[in-house]
Amino acid sequence: MQWPEMSMRGTGDKKGNMFTTFFYTLKEAGIPVSPTSFLRLQKALSIGLINSLNDFYTAARTILVKSERYFDLYDQVFAHHFKGVELKDPDEAVISDIAKALLEEWLKHPKEIANALGVDESGLKKMTPGELIKYFMERLREQSGEHHGGSKWIGTGGTSPVGHSGYHPGGMRVGGISRNQSALKVAMDRRYRDYSQEGPLTQSQIGEALKRLRNMVPAGPKDEVNIDESIYQTMKNAGEIEIVFDRSLKDRLKIILAIDNGGWSMEPYIHIVQTLFYYSRAQFKDIKTFFFHNTIYDYLWEDPSRMRKPFAVNDLSRLDPETRFIIVGDASMAPYELMATDGSIHIEERSNLPSYRRLQFITETFAHCVWLNPKMEGQWPYTRTISMIREIFPMFELTLDGLEKAVSFMMRKN
Amino acid sequence: MSDGNTLDQFTGATEYVLDDELAEIINITMALEMPLLLKGEPGTGKTMLAHAISESLNMKLIVLNVKSSMKLVEALYQYDTLTRLNDSRFGDSTRDVSNIGEYIKMGKIGQAFTADEKVVLLIDEIDKADTDFQDDMLDVLDQMEFDIMEIDRTIKAKHRPVIIITSNSKKDLSDPFLGRCNFHHIAFPEPDMMEKIINVHFPDIERDLLENAVTSFYRLRDINGIEKKPATRELINWIRALRSDPDFRVKNLERGDAPYLGILFKKSPDYAMARNVNERYRR
Repeated sequence: MQWPEMSMRGTGDKKGNMFTTFFYTLKEAGIPVSPTSFLRLQKALSIGLINSLNDFYTAARTILVKSERYFDLYDQVFAHHFKGVELKDPDEAVISDIAKALLEEWLKHPKEIANALGVDESGLKKMTPGELIKYFMERLREQSGEHHGGSKWIGTGGTSPVGHSGYHPGGMRVGGISRNQSALKVAMDRRYRDYSQEGPLTQSQIGEALKRLRNMVPAGPKDEVNIDESIYQTMKNAGEIEIVFDRSLKDRLKIILAIDNGGWSMEPYIHIVQTLFYYSRAQFKDIKTFFFHNTIYDYLWEDPSRMRKPFAVNDLSRLDPETRFIIVGDASMAPYELMATDGSIHIEERSNLPSYRRLQFITETFAHCVWLNPKMEGQWPYTRTISMIREIFPMFELTLDGLEKAVSFMMRKN
Repeated sequence: MSDGNTLDQFTGATEYVLDDELAEIINITMALEMPLLLKGEPGTGKTMLAHAISESLNMKLIVLNVKSSMKLVEALYQYDTLTRLNDSRFGDSTRDVSNIGEYIKMGKIGQAFTADEKVVLLIDEIDKADTDFQDDMLDVLDQMEFDIMEIDRTIKAKHRPVIIITSNSKKDLSDPFLGRCNFHHIAFPEPDMMEKIINVHFPDIERDLLENAVTSFYRLRDINGIEKKPATRELINWIRALRSDPDFRVKNLERGDAPYLGILFKKSPDYAMARNVNERYRR
């Protein structure tokens, strides 16, 4: 018997290993699967919930895999792992199973089966069970050639008369419309490919990540009624009303956002940076935005065109050192721009300090600085200046994960 | 065989089209007595699913709409101190002021626990609450009991409810939370599935309108760079609009001229982009 279902119920070591290996293959492939969930899957197997490879595909995924980001990986591992198992001789296995079930069905409702097969009932009645099975198998083989999985008889869904022999927990079971596809085929379709990649950052996603940057502290006069506390105190006073006031919560956190908005190297990331920019504008009251090109010299610019409103980097020291300083840039430039005195590629921007000293100055001034890089981390080693800047600034990639890491880094106490 | 029938059973009443895979997942989840966490794009029918389940299993549905400011205790029970205060001052009610138990009202989870029959408990949009709420709630659902501090009583679930939790978030929930749930992600329906869904909502829809609307919908949905992709809900509203416009001809859709884009695209950059593509396609 080629169907793994036999082993699913029993404790047969040989087949049992198949699932254990499957579990470990998932783990090695990078899907975070926990032993608890594996035991849970075993439980599902042992109470007879899973009766086919299709059931197993769905059950194992819903129990083991907890994020759609891993669904695609799961599909691949599943297809790889169970390919050999099912495809040995799938048709024969399925057919003999179904033929047997057909026979049972035939004994109960001969008329329906005869109708469905389009043959005369009386003709079938003369056959012995052995002959019947043979006959059914032949008919099914004919059918499977054409219908391949989509046929009513071989369909695996809840709608086929023979497919879904199932466990009914207390008679509760919901049905659905069948996909009429084998688990293996479904797995090989890789329906979830799109979910495995990181999509572009949307405003709401950035919002989610940055929300934790908010640092609410009570401030101002006590002018807000604390209802819960008022009720509690009133109760304590045996009903004599006492109203409790609180200071309202204000976000006292200051943020400086410095954006590299110049040059073609940042061009592909403009959209992503804009999103970040719009969001932070909407979210934080006390936020200063500066612009620079490639790296920072004597001045940051308050206007995006970097012409009219310079802000001397030295003046940063007058600002609250608790300010979170966030730089967004690809950190990619010619090494001399970073290391040389007068390194700027803009002629009018002359400086007696190399840029890397300026960057060091910023990290010394503000305890919480991060550099967000829209380039993916994998590409960082290929750009010399990125490694150089990373020695000065903690760098994170501008993705959801990266943002989250950056935020928790900035919210550290020291 | 019963293909058409099953479809009717679910769709006729609930307007929900359940696929086989999802049904399997729900059955496994019920048998293992675990909560099922559903994720998916907005508009893929996560909430509707709970309604469909409660209907098909003939169980009452209790919905807990999670809000960001919610405290767990609100979902469990509420001690109505205000009414008690009022009663103690004016004494014109039949309640016994000295019995705190009379002022305890069950929250949604409390109701699900104390119900006389097994119910479906839908916890909608769990991602709105903070992580502590989520983890604490799972503790309660794990143990199937909670304490009412004020009257020192433990409420144990009479029947373990079927628990469906939905999340819109693209961010993953915390690991301990995920560890205690089964998980499923509802993918956006394929065009043929979508046609079935539309058919359920508009049983008398003309074939060519249905096909063309769905095709146009997927074409517009696939425009690169759209921030908020239109979902089933938008498509249904769109078709409703198309059908109510006496000047609308299906031929326009075939030519690639899609009116009422504002119903599908609700963000102005998206709308502009869709209009642009639509114009180009028409030419």
